[in-house]
Amino acid sequence: MPLFSHPVPEAVVAYRAGVAIPAAQFLADVEQLADAFPPGRHVINVCADRYRFMVGFAASVRSGRVSLLPPTHTPEVVRHLAAFAPDVFCLTDGDCDIELPRMRYPDFAARPEGPACPWRVPEIAADSVVAYVFTSGSTGIPMPHRKTWGRLARCVLDGAARLGLDRPHAVLATVPPQHMYGFESSVLLPMLSGGRVCAEHPFYPADICALLEATARPRALVTTPIHLRALLASQRDVPQADLIISATAPLAQELAHESEVRFQARLLEIYGSTETGQLATRRTAGELEWRLWPHVRLALEDGRAWVRGGHLEQPTALCDEVEPTDAGHFRLQGRLADLVNIAGKRSSLAYLTHQLFSIEGVLDGAFFFPGESTADAFGVTRVAAAVVAPTLDAARIVEELRRRIDPVFLPRPLIMLERLPRNSTGKLPRQALQALLSGPHLRRA
Amino acid sequence: MSELAPTVHPIEPEARLVLELAELIVGALNLELPASQIDPDARLYGEGLGLDSIDILEIALVVSKQYGVQLRADDAENAQTFRSLRHLAEYIAAHRTK
Repeated sequence: MPLFSHPVPEAVVAYRAGVAIPAAQFLADVEQLADAFPPGRHVINVCADRYRFMVGFAASVRSGRVSLLPPTHTPEVVRHLAAFAPDVFCLTDGDCDIELPRMRYPDFAARPEGPACPWRVPEIAADSVVAYVFTSGSTGIPMPHRKTWGRLARCVLDGAARLGLDRPHAVLATVPPQHMYGFESSVLLPMLSGGRVCAEHPFYPADICALLEATARPRALVTTPIHLRALLASQRDVPQADLIISATAPLAQELAHESEVRFQARLLEIYGSTETGQLATRRTAGELEWRLWPHVRLALEDGRAWVRGGHLEQPTALCDEVEPTDAGHFRLQGRLADLVNIAGKRSSLAYLTHQLFSIEGVLDGAFFFPGESTADAFGVTRVAAAVVAPTLDAARIVEELRRRIDPVFLPRPLIMLERLPRNSTGKLPRQALQALLSGPHLRRA
Repeated sequence: MSELAPTVHPIEPEARLVLELAELIVGALNLELPASQIDPDARLYGEGLGLDSIDILEIALVVSKQYGVQLRADDAENAQTFRSLRHLAEYIAAHRTK
């Protein structure tokens, strides 16, 4: 299978600051970087510039290397990755405080003018393992999920047909390329559908609008409900898009409808996970049911929903409660009780509590949901924690947690107690935990 | 009694804006601390006030509504441009339309 699908050397693969980067340059950058890599076979690609990330990933694939995509880069996670792959190195294009051997993204502008690299798009064996994408796992050790080139490509191409992206689009994304959604929708999708990647990663609504406006059409915006809400609430005028893709958290129908009207574009929501890749889509403004990727099948077994077929290597259980409505559609009912999803970052109460217990001086403790009424303006509900640690103060505990878990999971609030409200069987009733939030112990993490 | 004596110097406009902003942020983010306790020079992002990118987007939203100022950064990596409350206040003072 080809490394990318742009048919001719002049085809545009990316834009940076509005300047087109042709496929010939992309190929030359990939070949040069592949030759410059250190000997290690595993790469953590933290390039912030999406074009450089794409070159780094393609060069890794090209040279038979494997990319590691962890959910976060806390020192604890990095330590586990180094144990998983002792030869791992970090490819970076900016400031990087990850404690691993580093390779700086080279300055290709300094490339000597030589004979142009011949136009030969590398063929990659479908069964090559090209990435491990990690979930946080339940015991404190990140769980690797193996991705082969063929299955990653099949997922993205099956999806492109569903999303109407068989006609190449320019893709501007507000999500990083290092997480599964951004990796698939803002890197693999344009790479494999002849599309064009916008190198920038805009953050503020005004920046997103300015870049979208400057991007050649047809153009797609790959984003999240949080960014959409901020965009629509703060901008009087938004540029026309040709497609909006949203994922990471459920999108309210009203927000989907308003987005379609104001961007004058279809909005398609994607359902997927790190383990399975993207699986289904729906036009949220008018549809409740999710439509599965072609060839992916869904079935309930022992109370869990399992998907198989299509790009999936093996049957995989979903982390959500779903109700199949026919062979190709389902409804989403909610997440499984223990799971936490904050802005597309996933964890579980069990995992977070495990991390809390790993702090020296913590005698007892628990993470819990503070209840939906505490959601903020964007509808995001954080997690709270109660801790018994007589020798530590709250600031110290937060500092230790920051080393172990992604900052979005830091407890709000963190409640310091003499003992937890355990019942006679040692369990912590959710009500008793939530009652702590109105108590006198409140201290913000 | 001396604590209640009127201040000799009026509060500088910048200090007033810093406090006003702190109150807006505390309200928007449901922070459980009084606005007056936020150190104007503490880092907003990461350690310091402990905010993350979702919070920063919320701040961008309230700032656009309250002052008509659109926050900008050349890249998500640099979204910490507004490293402290004081820095944010200076930016708003220079760009406000409301």
